[in-house]
Amino acid sequence: MPLRPRSWPFVAIAVVVLSLPIVGGYTWLLLSSLSREVHGLLPVGGFHLENWRFLWEGVEGRPSVWVALGNSFLFAALVAALEVFVSSMAAYAISRMRFPGRPLYLGLVLVLHAFPAVSLLIAIFYVLRVLGLFDTLTGVILVKASLDLPLGIWLLKGFFDGLSWEVEMAALVDGASRWGTFWRIGLPLIRPGLLALGTFALLSAWGEFILPYTLIVSSRRWTLALYLQSLIGDFTFVDYGLLAAVGLYYMVPVIALFLLGQRYLLNIYGGGVKG
Amino acid sequence: MRRVSSAGFFLLPASLLILFFFLLPVAATLLLSMTDLSTATFSRPSWVGMGNYLDLLRSRWTGLILKNTAQYVLLVLLFNVGMGLFLAITTSLLPDRLGDSIRAVWLVPRITPPVVYILIWQAMLSEAPYGLLSTLTGTSRNWLSGFPWHAVILANGLIGASLGMLIFTSAIHTIPPDLFYAAAIDGATTWQTIRRVVLPLLRWPIMFVTAYQTLSLLTSFEYILLLTDGGPGLYTTEVWALSAYHLAFSNYYGNARFGLGAAMAAVLVIIGIVVSVAYLRGFRFRELVQEPRVEVT
Repeated sequence: MPLRPRSWPFVAIAVVVLSLPIVGGYTWLLLSSLSREVHGLLPVGGFHLENWRFLWEGVEGRPSVWVALGNSFLFAALVAALEVFVSSMAAYAISRMRFPGRPLYLGLVLVLHAFPAVSLLIAIFYVLRVLGLFDTLTGVILVKASLDLPLGIWLLKGFFDGLSWEVEMAALVDGASRWGTFWRIGLPLIRPGLLALGTFALLSAWGEFILPYTLIVSSRRWTLALYLQSLIGDFTFVDYGLLAAVGLYYMVPVIALFLLGQRYLLNIYGGGVKG
Repeated sequence: MRRVSSAGFFLLPASLLILFFFLLPVAATLLLSMTDLSTATFSRPSWVGMGNYLDLLRSRWTGLILKNTAQYVLLVLLFNVGMGLFLAITTSLLPDRLGDSIRAVWLVPRITPPVVYILIWQAMLSEAPYGLLSTLTGTSRNWLSGFPWHAVILANGLIGASLGMLIFTSAIHTIPPDLFYAAAIDGATTWQTIRRVVLPLLRWPIMFVTAYQTLSLLTSFEYILLLTDGGPGLYTTEVWALSAYHLAFSNYYGNARFGLGAAMAAVLVIIGIVVSVAYLRGFRFRELVQEPRVEVT
């Protein structure tokens, strides 16, 4: 708002106090991972790195945390790549081409965008069993990318709609193929949209819990979410230091990605994403 | 002909994924909900028609689960919209840098992996000497099992509030500055400006956020599953979507009742379809589907 009231410092204090629980929670995560014990937010017994021994020693009865890290990277990267690629193709067609059933297709995408996909989980489990993709990373990747697809198509269609079309027109008239126009002219021009969707998809897949939890059984295919959850099931009230360290380890890429992609992300979180 | 096939080529991958993971599952949910599919009958389920739905109507837990669901959706919604509004307005009154940083803090729970986020909650609410709440209040107890509903609503609310916050903030930024100057010249206080100028202009964004979050809360259960798993005790914080999940996937009774779970999910799927179609109408669909501009044959 253009006019700042004289009392704004009081407003600031109120909002900061209200935000303290969040700050407190993440402070706990950091302190606990680096201390022998944390009482409230007070480290007791001094700084130590013992909590991080899971990195080199592992945790009994579980695959190495590096396997889970690799699975998580593979999962997030492939979901993001698939989602960006497939939605940009569909968005281009919807934005630029005339074809029978176009309003219907766009309507379907919009309805699915608002539709709460998680209610389909039980049936998706069944579909994956029938397709023989249950308990495979491929299966979960396909499911995760599909469920976020309507959002991606809708977002990128907006970006394509915002482009002036003279350049594409010129290329087409000069004999470029549709694919060439899409690949060499369309995609580079909507780079901000691709980055926004890519960052969103990476974060969303990296944190994803319920899909791999339901669709993956074998521990060697665990993502970090499943790895940490299995520790929480066994170690709560026993070793908060270990849990906090694994949690922080799992969060590092999120923080990095958030700092890198923040300005692209605001587009998408502010634009009515599921939540 | 060439036009059709070329559009078809661009749409093919998306169409296949939508077919396999949206359309087929919708049909499968409805079909499975009319079978007695379970761990015991996985290879040869039999058709039971509306039997599962009748079971749901007769179950002694259905009433409680409905009440829990209503309570969850309403209270989290109230928190999300109210807190989102409060944060958007107050941070807009602050210097830009400070306002931006506070909004960034409120975004962190949303991007935190759910498992880590809930781990933090569980630790904060645990007994002394570890739990922060036990330390601050001087009363050592497990606050999560003592106040499960407070925890469920706050844990979901801290995440949901950021959606409203962002949408309302950008709506506030689009209000023409003249309106604020005019109000100031008329001698309006900040509070009066908020009530008479800002809030009326936020009516549509507020309705949008409310509508959008009602549907997603109705079907969401991930954070409850991680935080209380429907407990403590029997069905204390069990909501409809979580109950569907439990019926289909948990083996407490040695037999996951997949068909019955599908029947509960089918109720949500049907509500989801009806409500999303209603939103579509509200979004002035005709404007969105105007014909594309680049068209060469």
